[in-house]
Amino acid sequence: MSETFTKGMARNIYYGGSLFFVLVFLALTYHTERTVPERTNSHLLTESVVRGKLVWEENNCIGCHSLLGEGAYFAPELGNVFVRRGGEEGFKFFLPAWMKAQPTNIPGRRQMPQFNLTDAQLDDLAEFLKWTSKINTNNWPPNKEG
Amino acid sequence: MSNNPYIKFTSQKVAMPYLVFALILFVGQILFGLIMGLQYIIGDFLFPLIPFNIARMVHTNLLIVWLLFGFMGAAYYLIPEEADRELHSPKLAMILFWIFATAGVLTILGYLFVPYAGLAQMTGNDLLPTMGREFLEQPLITKVGIVVVCLGFLYNVGMTVLKGRKTAINVVMMTGLIGLAVMFLFSFYNPDNLTRDKFYWWYVVHLWVEGVWELIMAAMLAYVLIKITGVDREVIEKWLYVIVAMALISGILGTGHHYFWIGAPTVWLWVGSIFSTLEPLPFFAMVLFAFNMINRRRREHPNKAAALWAMGTTVTAFLGAGVWGFLHTLAPVNYYTHGTQLTAAHGHLAFYGAYALIVMTLISYAMPKLRGLGEAADNKAQVLEMWGFWLMTISMVFITLFLSAAGVVQIWLQRMPEDGAALSFMATQDQLMIFYWFRLAAGVVFLVGLVCYLLSFRQRGRAALTTGVVAGHA
Ligand code: HEM
Ligand code: HEM
Ligand SMILES: [Fe+2]
Repeated sequence: MSETFTKGMARNIYYGGSLFFVLVFLALTYHTERTVPERTNSHLLTESVVRGKLVWEENNCIGCHSLLGEGAYFAPELGNVFVRRGGEEGFKFFLPAWMKAQPTNIPGRRQMPQFNLTDAQLDDLAEFLKWTSKINTNNWPPNKEG
Repeated sequence: MSNNPYIKFTSQKVAMPYLVFALILFVGQILFGLIMGLQYIIGDFLFPLIPFNIARMVHTNLLIVWLLFGFMGAAYYLIPEEADRELHSPKLAMILFWIFATAGVLTILGYLFVPYAGLAQMTGNDLLPTMGREFLEQPLITKVGIVVVCLGFLYNVGMTVLKGRKTAINVVMMTGLIGLAVMFLFSFYNPDNLTRDKFYWWYVVHLWVEGVWELIMAAMLAYVLIKITGVDREVIEKWLYVIVAMALISGILGTGHHYFWIGAPTVWLWVGSIFSTLEPLPFFAMVLFAFNMINRRRREHPNKAAALWAMGTTVTAFLGAGVWGFLHTLAPVNYYTHGTQLTAAHGHLAFYGAYALIVMTLISYAMPKLRGLGEAADNKAQVLEMWGFWLMTISMVFITLFLSAAGVVQIWLQRMPEDGAALSFMATQDQLMIFYWFRLAAGVVFLVGLVCYLLSFRQRGRAALTTGVVAGHA
């Protein structure tokens, strides 16, 4: 690098540039916080949804599945499973039946463990996945297969 | 402690257990990677003994923890030398080593032998739920342990820098390490609203690997380059500042490339796409940096392997983070690629190239000295070490290529078609088996490379006078 561009100048760009972009990032975080309640329907975020999120976390579902595209890629996306599997009429019946039928024990097929969830936990989990499916995700995923 | 003539300060020796333990955990990481590689093909392999989610947690958590051990070992090695004084407290460093190692091992055993929900109950996750989020699966008590270890560590190296010489390398390294600890605090913040949870989760994950960890990588690289090339410090440090400036200027707002589809506002589609497009720059600058400094070297350092790792880490990081990162970072592209095998391809080459390789670069430089072998290991050991480098690196490139191919086919079958025409996730996976077989084969070669690499540490005695090696290779 040329002699006229000194180490001191490089250091100042590092400090000045970083500080500036940290501030912009904080401003955008503020903007995000302001818009998230509407985009996520936070008025529908009930106690049951919150409990369902804890069931999701405490059974490490993210270790096989993705949720809004993040997580593992071993098993289907579940951000839109509510839409894919029955929606308003069917999902409440689909999910408990599904969870109770695991593992399928079909030889060679990927297996999902039996988590022994109670009916109340299954209900909360369904509420959580239903609420999640209504988040405004800028139309992701492209189709219902996720 | 010793009369080792190859290290400047006796206290640098505390780096040794950290670096050795890092490599032990690395072996564990790869074994669990192979288990998962097989589970991808034979779905019920080891089920229900080790379900996939458990293997994945062990694989990724071992990765993060061995890199942390590597960074800490690197800091204990290079910070005293740069500060030109002994480490503030070698004893504290050893105590923290045992705490961290014990906590790490117990956590992994917990994952393997206690059902995860039971582990959550046992460790009081209901009081402050932090578990069950990707990469941050550790029980609360482990997370607290990590913070305690980091604080003690930062105090120790921080005091060393404060009382000693404050070189640019030390300042950047310290900033990176402090940033690492500070960003980790967001792992304790888990809002009920999933969108907000995800939003701050990336404060840890993205601002680590595309933020503060880049400072650590660049500082470690600069240190090794000064040592093996003898190029003027002023020149090296100017490069260092330019690289870290680029890293943070692009990387902070680049976080937006994770905010496209999680419920965050649309402004991120633009901010994330534009700034993350700049993120390859610091990685490219590191390639230029390493090759330029090595071409302009003022001395023939006998450790040829260290130079290979140093160049290798910059090129592989540029490919994995820069090229493969850019490939899927623009919002209209990411709309289709998000959360597919393409993501896994990028994650592997980026983590390996940037962080696994920079730690092994430092190990390559420091270990012969720490072990009292000399400025470098003998020729035979170096050859084996370089075999390890090439086997691991080439097989990781192939893993990346096979996963990328799987990702493209997955997108084609599952993502692009309309509702009704699109194949389901599971049906798509069946179509990808051939790629998963190839990935597994490449993974086995990776393991062979790792074994070669570890065997290179078998040399016991001092190297024959190292000038011989220089003459042979110069
Ligand atoms: C023998 C070699 C390896 C094999 C077979 C392997 C296999 C795997 C598999 C199957 C996954 C889970 C993907 C999923 O969620 O569906 C995974 C995740 C991961 N592995 Fe490896 N791995 C190997 C080596 C490595 C190495 C050397 C690194 C880094 C230095 C690494 C870093 C990661 C990371 C960061 C993830 C999470 C990826 C993401 O979330 O996108 N792996 N690996
Ligand atoms: C050494 C630096 C980097 C590392 C270690 C790294 C690692 C990773 C990992 C592990 C993931 C998957 C996270 C998850 O599990 O959800 C990821 C995602 C991603 N990375 Fe990187 N990355 C690096 C640099 C970059 C750069 C420089 C770019 C852009 C130019 C980039 C673009 C992306 C994008 C767009 C995603 C999201 C993929 C998706 O939508 O599924 N990364 N990265
Ligand atoms: Fe990122």
